[in-house]
Amino acid sequence: MRTPLASSSSAPAQSPRFPRLLSSLHSPDSVVDLEAHVAHWGALRLHSATSVLDQLDESGLRGHGGAWFPVGTKWRAVEMQRSRRPVVVANGAEGEPMSLKDQFLLTQMPHLVLDGASLAAAALNADRVVIYLPKRHADSVGRAVRERRSYGIDPVVIEVITAPDAFLSGQESAVVRALNEGLALPNFVGVQSVRERGVRNRPTLVQNVETLAHVAMISRYGGRWFRSIGTPDSPGTMLLTISGRWAEPLVVEAPLGVSFRDLLNLTSPDGYWAALLGGYGGGWVPMARLLDSDLTEESARRLNSSLGAGVIAFLPRTHCPLVESARVVRYMQEQAAGQCGPCVFGLAELASHLESLAFDPASLRGRLPPILETCDLMDGRGACRHPDGVTRFVRSALSVFTDEAKLHCRRGPCALVGAPRFFPCPSPQDHGR
Amino acid sequence: MSDTYRIRDQRTRVADAQPVAWRVTLVVDPIQCDGHGVCAELFPERVTMDRWGYPIIDNDDIPLALLDHARRAVTACPRLALHLMEGRG
Repeated sequence: MRTPLASSSSAPAQSPRFPRLLSSLHSPDSVVDLEAHVAHWGALRLHSATSVLDQLDESGLRGHGGAWFPVGTKWRAVEMQRSRRPVVVANGAEGEPMSLKDQFLLTQMPHLVLDGASLAAAALNADRVVIYLPKRHADSVGRAVRERRSYGIDPVVIEVITAPDAFLSGQESAVVRALNEGLALPNFVGVQSVRERGVRNRPTLVQNVETLAHVAMISRYGGRWFRSIGTPDSPGTMLLTISGRWAEPLVVEAPLGVSFRDLLNLTSPDGYWAALLGGYGGGWVPMARLLDSDLTEESARRLNSSLGAGVIAFLPRTHCPLVESARVVRYMQEQAAGQCGPCVFGLAELASHLESLAFDPASLRGRLPPILETCDLMDGRGACRHPDGVTRFVRSALSVFTDEAKLHCRRGPCALVGAPRFFPCPSPQDHGR
Repeated sequence: MSDTYRIRDQRTRVADAQPVAWRVTLVVDPIQCDGHGVCAELFPERVTMDRWGYPIIDNDDIPLALLDHARRAVTACPRLALHLMEGRG
């Protein structure tokens, strides 16, 4: 067997223009094994810490787990903590049921993610690297890790640790708590972030797996190459999970800055109520406004949403938007950690208000329940941003579906109430999808 | 003395030194908090209660004159959920 390390001393001659991440796939469901990975991307070369950090700063890469935080800044914050050696965690927990892109990377191109994790370990002088992922991917990623070990590719032994299938298990402080105590629930980090005191009280970098895959490409082709696509604040490409547009949800790689109209190839938006941008913690956006916008975080914020983890869902007019919104909020209530009072009480109120509106508007006697008052009481009052995500979702639902809400109040539930579920809301047992 | 504390950053030379605003704010650890309500009683200047019985903390910085009240509330919290946080600007 050839030694992957020796088969190619540098990156392939041509840096990919577009697609980038997907350029190594021969077919939509092929798996890029180590040999194919090295043949396509070249062997992993670990650069000096300063060169990697400078490349990251120049690239402008943001975190693709949802927070959109500048990656160079985050790595420097960990690197500054010189008291103890850091821990690197590649976060593939992907609790958002609508998102499939991390699972896609872990199953079909694990080596790009592992390259990124090793680059982080080398740049930050970490002596512990953990891949944190759902149990169903542990075997395949474990095999990839062992294969790399036999060639001595990674500077630090990579551990594979499983995440529970729950919405919050990928939340940054929950990841650290899962590794420390085996309990994947958010922690209060108001006084000190996990970058200073995380796993075993050591400085900890928790980075989404897609972000690490971008890092692996930036180390090969440079920061300037990375930002040759996109806008200054939204550079490069991103993976999106698009639902409702085709028969099955689809993971696509999109150049940031592209117009939604071009991206979606959607001539007539009439068949849809609206688009949910950014997943269950994101916001509803009217179709016309979405199609007139560009795929950037800046545009998403102007639409009162966020790109989040790259989830876009189009709700067809065959489903009731209030019923679907109520189900999502109930799911988010069930998935809450139940640790913070305002989130516990607020989510219970919101879920029951929305269910009344969707299923039993007669009980409201023609008046809209005080949904916005409850939202106002919840913002910023949890240890994590779970309540803030739900209030953004709920406010956007009320503003985009105002007419439908009034109709429900006046005439009772609509004819679509019996339609099958559109949004996946896995119960704790079948969260493993 | 105004409502902000002014210190000199000792790492800069005295000749270059600019006054730096130093904020002290109150934060609650919402996981520890059980809604006992002691903070709202002892420090109504910055803490009110919501209708579920949990404290709503005013994020404004705490002037020197109120610092003793704030400290008393922090110490009295039965869950040790209240913290004073210091930071620049």
